[in-house]
Amino acid sequence: MPFANGDRELLAFPQKRALIVMTPRPPQLETPFAVFDDGVLTPNDAFFVRWHLAGIPQSIDASTHRIVVNGAVQRELTLSLRDLAAMPAVEIVAVNECSGNSRAFFHPRVPGGQWGNGAMGNARWTGVRVRDILDRAGLLPNAKQVQFRGLDEPVEPPTPAFRKSLDVDVARGDDVIVAYLMNGQPMPLLNGFPVRLVVAGWYATYWVKMLSKITVLDHVDDNFWMKTAYRIPDTPNAGVAPGSTGFATVPINKLAVRSFVTSLTDGAAINAGPAVLRGIAFDGGSGIRSVEVSADGGASWRRATLEQDYGKYSFRRWTFQWNAAPGAYVLAVRATSNDGSTQNATPIWNAGGYMRNVIETYKVTVS
Amino acid sequence: MRSSWLFFVPLAFAAAGIAFAENSAPQGTTTIALPTGVGPTFKPGPGAKAAGKYCTTCHSSAYVAIQPPLNATQWAAEVTKMRKVYGASIPDDAAATIVQYLTTEYGKP
Ligand code: HEC
Repeated sequence: MPFANGDRELLAFPQKRALIVMTPRPPQLETPFAVFDDGVLTPNDAFFVRWHLAGIPQSIDASTHRIVVNGAVQRELTLSLRDLAAMPAVEIVAVNECSGNSRAFFHPRVPGGQWGNGAMGNARWTGVRVRDILDRAGLLPNAKQVQFRGLDEPVEPPTPAFRKSLDVDVARGDDVIVAYLMNGQPMPLLNGFPVRLVVAGWYATYWVKMLSKITVLDHVDDNFWMKTAYRIPDTPNAGVAPGSTGFATVPINKLAVRSFVTSLTDGAAINAGPAVLRGIAFDGGSGIRSVEVSADGGASWRRATLEQDYGKYSFRRWTFQWNAAPGAYVLAVRATSNDGSTQNATPIWNAGGYMRNVIETYKVTVS
Repeated sequence: MRSSWLFFVPLAFAAAGIAFAENSAPQGTTTIALPTGVGPTFKPGPGAKAAGKYCTTCHSSAYVAIQPPLNATQWAAEVTKMRKVYGASIPDDAAATIVQYLTTEYGKP
């Protein structure tokens, strides 16, 4: 990978093709970027993998797996996969992007998972709305947040167990589901078999894998993974000056708008003449309004063509006809979402290495 | 590795993206065997033994090797975080040795 200490092995983990190994234990596997040029949906065996804690069950019986719903509810529930299958199913194509995707490109660099741009993927998720589950349980009037946990455990008991929480109104949204299918198939164990949370439009940290418990809290969750980790500066674009302190923070939430070229890589050499550039764009759920391409490093921009719409949470593929004369170019790509947010030429910085969404550039030699 | 699921009914999806499917959730057991013994080992040097002993229980040493070159203050902060936040039980003298080692082998002045 193109950064210091970026040496990586490619290795096929169970149910996975060869992926870029960031850490083998716990498994943290990055999708080789070329996969994103193959199609709008990321195949299950190519989908990135990210676990915090190495206590991961390696055998799960979906027939006996249960999701317990408890806390500030009128009725506690214990749901099987068959129970879920009997409830109304929802299908959403949605991007799952790690909060720290592209962290290794931060300057100055920050500690943490050193991902390139491949800690993301786009899949068709099928499952049941959390709202429908909560309605069955019946929320008590003091319900404030909904906490989700999975089967993964810390290796050493003092390590805080992984729990993530959403405000009740967020958890009750149309596009928050307990998914049991990924691209029409049971998901790979490393992606959360047999059920994972999907919070369409929000960063992957909330997409709890191997979901086993939904606890309705009467307070704002103060566990480590909410209160201390995964917090972003409460500033526009989540950016601050490197080293600065004294700003308020909030839990990370919606995806920042991003776009990439997928049909060529930085440093590519291509033939002169008509060429079709391809790429992807996505945002946190307002949908992509436009994608523009620049062949002069961002001085001038022209609109790309948006391809088939798979829904507002999906990768949106785009194409761009480029008739390049011989020379050296800096291509740049910029997306604007329906809510008006766009990408900047100057990267943001924060100590967590979260939410990078700079305009990507690609040096291209045409001859 | 075995994965099975019963009665997968092809879903007919409405334009709104909502369908009412039955029995399409997975059933049966999926078993995997995660690879062991892959990834880097700690670079040789004074302190490598202590790092191997205290820094590989919860995660592989790759978590160290992938970090950007951190300075002594940053490595000290990482080791403190492992002890205070994640509950790594490391004696003070071993922690000091490890910080020195990480700064030399995986860091910058
Ligand atoms: C008690 C368990 C435990 C031990 C022992 C432990 N770590 Fe960690 N370490 C963690 C956890 C948990 C994470 C964060 C996992 C995540 O978010 O992916 C982590 C993450 C890291 C990271 C990534 C950067 C970060 O801050 O998240 C580095 C570097 C690291 N550990 C170094 C070390 C070193 C050096 C030692 C030995 C001094 C050590 N660890 C011992 C639990 C441990």
